Amino acid sequence: MSGPSTYVPKWGIAKWMDARLPLPRMVYDSFIAYPVPRNLNYFWTFGGILMLMLVSQIITGVVLAMHYTPHSTLAFNSVESIMRDVEYGWLIRYMHSTGASFFFIAVYIHIFRGLYYGSYKAPREVLWILGCIIFLLMMATAFMGYVLPWGQMSFWGATVITNLFSAIPLVGETIVTFLWGGYSVDNPTLTRFFSLHFLLPFMIFGVVILHVWALHVTGQNNPTGVEVKAVQKDTVPFTPYATIKDAFAMICFFVVFSYFIFYMPNYLGHADNYVQANPAVTPPHIVPEWYFLPFYAILRAVPDKLGGVMLMGAAVVILAFLPWLDTSKVKSMRYRPLARQCFWAFAVTCVVLGWLGSRPAEQPYVLLSQIFSALYFAYFLIALPLLGLFETPNKLPGSIAESVLSKIKGGSAAAVGAAAASEPNTKG
Amino acid sequence: MAEAKATQAGEPTRRDMLFLATGVMGAAGVVGVAVPFIRQLAPNAQTIATGAPIEVDLTPIAEGQGIKMFWRGKLIFVRNRSKAEVEEAQKVNVASLPDPQADSARVKPGKEQWLVLYGACTHLGCIPGGSAVGEVRGDYGGWFCPCHGSHYDTSGRIRKGPAPANLPVPPYAFLNDSKIRIG
Amino acid sequence: MNLFRTTLAACAAIIIGTAAIPAAQAAGGGTKPPEYPWSFDGPFGTFDRAQLQRGYKVFREVCSACHAMGLVRFRNLSQKGGPEFTEAQVRALAADFKIMDGPNEQGEMFERPGRPSDAFPKPFPNEQAARAANGGAYPPDMSVLAKARNYERGFPLFLFDILTQYQEGGPDYIKAVMTGYEDPPAGTTLQPGQNWNKYMPGNIIAMPNVLNDGQIEYPKGPDGKPSAPETAKQYAADVTAFLVWAAEPHMEQRKRIGFQVIVFLTLFAGLLYFTKKRIWSRLPEHAPGTH
Repeated sequence: MSGPSTYVPKWGIAKWMDARLPLPRMVYDSFIAYPVPRNLNYFWTFGGILMLMLVSQIITGVVLAMHYTPHSTLAFNSVESIMRDVEYGWLIRYMHSTGASFFFIAVYIHIFRGLYYGSYKAPREVLWILGCIIFLLMMATAFMGYVLPWGQMSFWGATVITNLFSAIPLVGETIVTFLWGGYSVDNPTLTRFFSLHFLLPFMIFGVVILHVWALHVTGQNNPTGVEVKAVQKDTVPFTPYATIKDAFAMICFFVVFSYFIFYMPNYLGHADNYVQANPAVTPPHIVPEWYFLPFYAILRAVPDKLGGVMLMGAAVVILAFLPWLDTSKVKSMRYRPLARQCFWAFAVTCVVLGWLGSRPAEQPYVLLSQIFSALYFAYFLIALPLLGLFETPNKLPGSIAESVLSKIKGGSAAAVGAAAASEPNTKG
Repeated sequence: MAEAKATQAGEPTRRDMLFLATGVMGAAGVVGVAVPFIRQLAPNAQTIATGAPIEVDLTPIAEGQGIKMFWRGKLIFVRNRSKAEVEEAQKVNVASLPDPQADSARVKPGKEQWLVLYGACTHLGCIPGGSAVGEVRGDYGGWFCPCHGSHYDTSGRIRKGPAPANLPVPPYAFLNDSKIRIG
Repeated sequence: MNLFRTTLAACAAIIIGTAAIPAAQAAGGGTKPPEYPWSFDGPFGTFDRAQLQRGYKVFREVCSACHAMGLVRFRNLSQKGGPEFTEAQVRALAADFKIMDGPNEQGEMFERPGRPSDAFPKPFPNEQAARAANGGAYPPDMSVLAKARNYERGFPLFLFDILTQYQEGGPDYIKAVMTGYEDPPAGTTLQPGQNWNKYMPGNIIAMPNVLNDGQIEYPKGPDGKPSAPETAKQYAADVTAFLVWAAEPHMEQRKRIGFQVIVFLTLFAGLLYFTKKRIWSRLPEHAPGTH
């Protein structure tokens, strides 16, 4: 898709550099001339938004680390000193804590966009798996970051999640002791989590580079799922078309993000985390942050400790196998009427699981968690493998250009028009 | 790639204004975001609050002795100079000094025996010895910096060695005969 | 879309059905506190200086006997967006407190009058001492108490809260508890050191009712009458407002900057939208006249 480079250095210094380290050529080819399908909708702007969120989290995080003290007796007060005494410390800390939530909001939209338009299918399997790895690293980073303020939720979250590893037969207890660096969650746990919380975002950054590289090899998928056939007709150059559209979407995203930073900074958190960690008292109602709730519900759906941990792990890992579980040749669910319904049922299942994760572990929530956990896996293990074999997809457009033009001319293909109507603004 | 140049004809000024306004706004946004990230580097409110003036009781300092204390994280020397030391500091030919300054400009009038100084060598910030009895006081009886061999006299002025300037005098005032406030 | 609609309807039915299970059941008893009006509500909310100053008086005369507020420093009382006492007032009220300092040259700890840079001293040297003096209960530090307390809003209220910016769960709960003391229902016997509170989860609270009408004298206005009613209700409201400020001393700055940021970003988004439209109009299918 990338094709031969069209970069022509204009100035002497650019030519000199190009012959030695063609960095400007790489930037030009990747972010200026790079051809993007012309029919991308606003769901495709979330990649850029995520990049910005990652950078924002790294910058605010590095600043917070300048003022934070990773010690069990000082951590809570050092966070409060950031909130009270550091100039704009409250802003930077709220950017970081709310930023974690918005990072996940963006990543979930990004993932569901991939699910809907079949972006995981050949030739983008590696791209998709790299995304799954990023998601996994993000979860680890978010979890360890949440421990750092050393509030009640930090402490008990750390206790519960590290104890998951004790379910592993034979070596479980040893692993947990090694995670803790002691006989319980304590200062050694905090210091190592701080160290890893600082390291992991840079590892994410590394995998993101691979993710973008893989993307630029295969090119972007698009709402029709039909691959680019003629670069001239089907694509536009990344700059200025995609850049300006991404910029617009980013700022819109930041309006909502700012609303939460400045007006509802604690809405997405838990009041209990403003109580300093106390190993003698567990809060009556402990739940993880909202972005882990669906997985937490799956964990609690299984009455067996090891079984619950394995099922929760499987819920994440199964995403990586999606390219081979979905047997349909058609990528976009626009043209897959049955799969589309399953997709929306799956999306609702995830929301319901999230809600169930926030409920106390009692009936009828446990039973509901079991039903919806089954539905969650059914999407991957039953719906997608079978639908590919039985479903009759609608007629696909011949090319991206054809689909764009057919819509302008009043929707000559009724099927295409009907499908597109159920989607958000595809034209921008 | 599908770019139709023909359709962008007309209204070039309005388009340019739009692009310019967007660009200016973006630049303003970047500057705005940079402000808190730079301001957070400043000393925080508690550091500033604890940097308030401190009071020092002079009664325990015997003649010829000195004490050291911290103010705003910097070491302060307070020395009760003997008559001989004061005279020695006063009789020096000011013009011959590397950093010319009269002793009278470095003490409060009527309180010539008390010398109050920032205790960091003006060369590269080491702490000169000589405050306590028994420490090496250098060739001029004041302070001697062991790092690179700067000699200070009994007025804290640089006399020999690589340091470029005298030990500076912090802001202070006498509250009464035996109490000063630094800051 | 039939399968989808059926699923959605089924899920909605389940959620509404189970949401009807009283949330109080999970919390173990305790009535939901009422929503009080606060001066710091909403996007333009600010603290009422006079209220914060009165609240400080309540804290000083009542709460501080048992509760620490170790993260708040006297100097905070004069900073912008707070009670805004004058610096001279802050020096005077700090000097009212005895602060343990040291060790001195003899190696001994000593007491000195407080300075603006000092934190509020703790009423007990450690948790054990606090428990011993309070019948086994530990009066929590009040520095971030207003953010550390909340109550469950439930579905669908928690979604509407995003739009109404309701985030006063903490203060509503604190004020309700302070005024929520009642005689226990017939048949309930309380142990010594236990009190019955309508709003406390589980209803049993170690803290006794400490606010009574007329107990604290408020500054007099020019007409010789107190500047606010000297009632338990008013005391509770004032000290709660003070705690909200103590927990979030930069709230006013946050909301003010927030408004500026959101206006700026909205305008910027508008400009970007038109710039984007203009750039995309270079493409034939977006050119004027094709739609």
